[in-house]
Amino acid sequence: MNRPTLKLEKRLAPSPVMVFIIPLISVLLALLLGGIFLSLTGQNPLAVYAIMFTDSLGSKYGFTETIVKAIPLSLTALGVAVAFKMKLWNIGAEGQLYMGAMGASWLPLTYPALPVYLMIPGMVVLGMIAGGLWAFLTAIPRAIWKVNEIITTLMLNYVAILWVDFLVFGPWRDPLGSNFPITAPFPEAARLPEMFNSRIHAGLFFALALAVILTIVFKYSRWGYSINVIGSSERAASYAGMNIKRNILWVMFLSGAISGLAGMAEVSGIIGRLQHGISPGYGYTAIIVAWLSKLNPLAILIVSVLFGALQVGGYAAQVEGVPAAVATMLQGMILFFVLGGEVLTNYRVVLVRQKGEELRK
Amino acid sequence: MSIQEFLIPLLAAAVIAGTPILYAALGELITERAGIINLGVEGMMLMGAVSGFMAAVSTSNPWIGLLAAMLAGGSLAFVHAFLTITLRANQVVTGLALTIFGTGFSGYLGKAYIGIPVSKPFTATPLGPLADIPFIGPVFFQQDVLVYISYVLVIVIWYFLYHTRTGLNLRALGENPAAMDALGINVFRLRYIYVVIGGMLGGVGGAYLSLAYAPSWLENMTAGRGWIAVALVIFALWNPWRALMGAYLFGGIDALGFRLQVLGVQVSPFFLKMLPYLFTVLILVVVVARRKGRLATPGALGLPYDREER
Repeated sequence: MNRPTLKLEKRLAPSPVMVFIIPLISVLLALLLGGIFLSLTGQNPLAVYAIMFTDSLGSKYGFTETIVKAIPLSLTALGVAVAFKMKLWNIGAEGQLYMGAMGASWLPLTYPALPVYLMIPGMVVLGMIAGGLWAFLTAIPRAIWKVNEIITTLMLNYVAILWVDFLVFGPWRDPLGSNFPITAPFPEAARLPEMFNSRIHAGLFFALALAVILTIVFKYSRWGYSINVIGSSERAASYAGMNIKRNILWVMFLSGAISGLAGMAEVSGIIGRLQHGISPGYGYTAIIVAWLSKLNPLAILIVSVLFGALQVGGYAAQVEGVPAAVATMLQGMILFFVLGGEVLTNYRVVLVRQKGEELRK
Repeated sequence: MSIQEFLIPLLAAAVIAGTPILYAALGELITERAGIINLGVEGMMLMGAVSGFMAAVSTSNPWIGLLAAMLAGGSLAFVHAFLTITLRANQVVTGLALTIFGTGFSGYLGKAYIGIPVSKPFTATPLGPLADIPFIGPVFFQQDVLVYISYVLVIVIWYFLYHTRTGLNLRALGENPAAMDALGINVFRLRYIYVVIGGMLGGVGGAYLSLAYAPSWLENMTAGRGWIAVALVIFALWNPWRALMGAYLFGGIDALGFRLQVLGVQVSPFFLKMLPYLFTVLILVVVVARRKGRLATPGALGLPYDREER
C-alpha cells in the first residue's frame, strides 16, 4: 500500500534562491490580501494602490519624501539588526530614537551659539549616548539575571515618549511658540544640510556609512564573528571562552546608540526642533525591515526604501479618505507572509510514499 | 476625606483597571503553558476592542460585541498558531507581527467609529447580598458582569490546571511535548486549541476596554496593556491566582496615578502616566532577580516542536 504524504525535510543550508524570492512573493501576497480587505470595506484597492504608488515611488517629489522616511527607518533597522544578530530582542528602537533626539536637542537648546563644527558632532555624540544608555538600562538586568529584554525595552518606549512630552510641554517649551508643545527652533549650525533641492538631508550618509561599517564588522571582524556565534548558540560561545555578559552590554548599547542617531537625524535634518510625536513608529517598522532583510545591513538599505514608500503612500491614501493605518496593516501582513515563507527557505517540502511491507507467510 | 473614602474607590478602580489586563494575562498564561509564546497580545486586544465595539454599536447588544471580540482575538491567534506550530516560524517575531498587524488593522477598521458612543455598554450591577458586605462589597461586588466572570475564570483555570487530567496534560505540553507525543496525544492539535483560547481571552480583555472601562473606540486604546499582560505572566510564575493579584496591583498603580491628579498633587501628569510602565520594568527585575532567574518557566516554551528532532 502506498500512502503519499507531504513532509518537511530540513535543508542542510538555507536555500539561496528562496532567500530572494520569498520576500518578493510576500510583498505581492500581502498586497493581494490587503486588496481583498480594502474591497471588503468598500474601497477600490486598485485606486488606493495607484495613489500610494504614484505619490511615493512614482513622482520625483514622492521619491525624495520616500528617501526622507527611509533614513530613520534604515538607521533604526540597523540598530535593531545589531541586537537581533545576538538574539537580543531589542524592540525599544522607538524609545531609543526619542531619547537620542532628546540628547541631541539639548546641545543647541543650551548652547545655541556653538559653531557648526562643534555643534553637529556634539549632537551626534550626545544623541548616540542618550539612545545607547536608554538601551543599556535594559541590558544590565538582562546580562545579570536574564530579565526578559523584550518587555523591558518595550515598556521604556512609553516612558521615553512621555519623557519627551514632559520636556516639550514643560521646561523645554518655546516661550515664543504660542503654547504648542515644541522647543525653540535650532540655530542654523544645528541643522544637517539638505540636498538635491529636497528634504533629503545629510543623515542619509549616516545610514550609508553605518551599513557599510556594520557589513565589514559582521563579515570580517573577530567581534562580529563572536556576536554571530553567541546568537546561534550561547553554550558553544561560552565553551569557546566568549564573554557573553559583556557582549550583551556592548551590543545593546550599540543598538540603542544607532537608533539614537536616527532620532538626532530627525530633529536636526527634518524638524529643526524637538516636539511631541517626532516618529510615526519608525522603531516598530524597523523590526519588520530588519527581519525582512535577514539582518543584512546592505539589504536593510533597500528594504527601508520600500517601507518608506509604504509610509508615504499611506499618507497619500489618507488624503483620499482611506485611513493611513492601511500602511501599518500591509506591513504586518508582509511580515506574516515572510515568516510563513521562511519554512521554504529552511525546509524542503517532499512527497513521501510510505511503502507498507507486504506480509509474507 | 477619611481614609475609607479614599481607599474604597481606589481599590474598586484598581479592580476595574486590572480586569482587561487580567483577561489578557490569563489568555497568555494558557498559551504559554502549552509551550507557545504569543507576543501579539497587544494586537489581539486591539482587534478585540475594535470588533467588539463595532458589533456592539451595530447590534446594541454588548454580548454580541463580546462574541465578536472573542472571534477576532481567536482568529488572530489562529494565524500565530499556524505560523509557529505548523510552519515553525520564530515565535517572538511572529508575535510582533501580530501586534503590528493588529494595531494597523484595528486603526483602519475603527476610523469611522471614533467618537461614537455605544448605546448599551457593560455597567455596574451589584451582586445581590455580596454587594452589602462592608469594604469587600463595594470593592469587588459592585462591578460589571465581566468583572464577575473574570473571578470565575480564575477559579476555573486554577482548578483545570492543577486538579484535572486535561489540565495536567496542558502543563506537560509546555514542559515536554515529546513525552506527550509518545503517549499518543496530538501535540499539534492541542497547541492550536490552547493558542486560540488564549487569543479569545485577549480579545475579551480588549473588549473590556471598549465596552466597559471607557465605552468608546480610540486608536491604540490599549496603550501597552497587552505588553503589561505578557510581563504579568512572568511575574505570576504562570499561576492564575498570582495573575489576579498582579493585575489588581497594576490596576491600582493606574488608578492611583489618575486619582493623585484629581487630588491636585503637584507632579507632572506625564510622570503619573509613566508609573505603570516603570512599575512593570521594576517588578519584573525584582521578581526575576530575587529568584536568580529560576522562574518555573515551562520547559519547552518558545521551541517549535519537531517530531524528528526529539
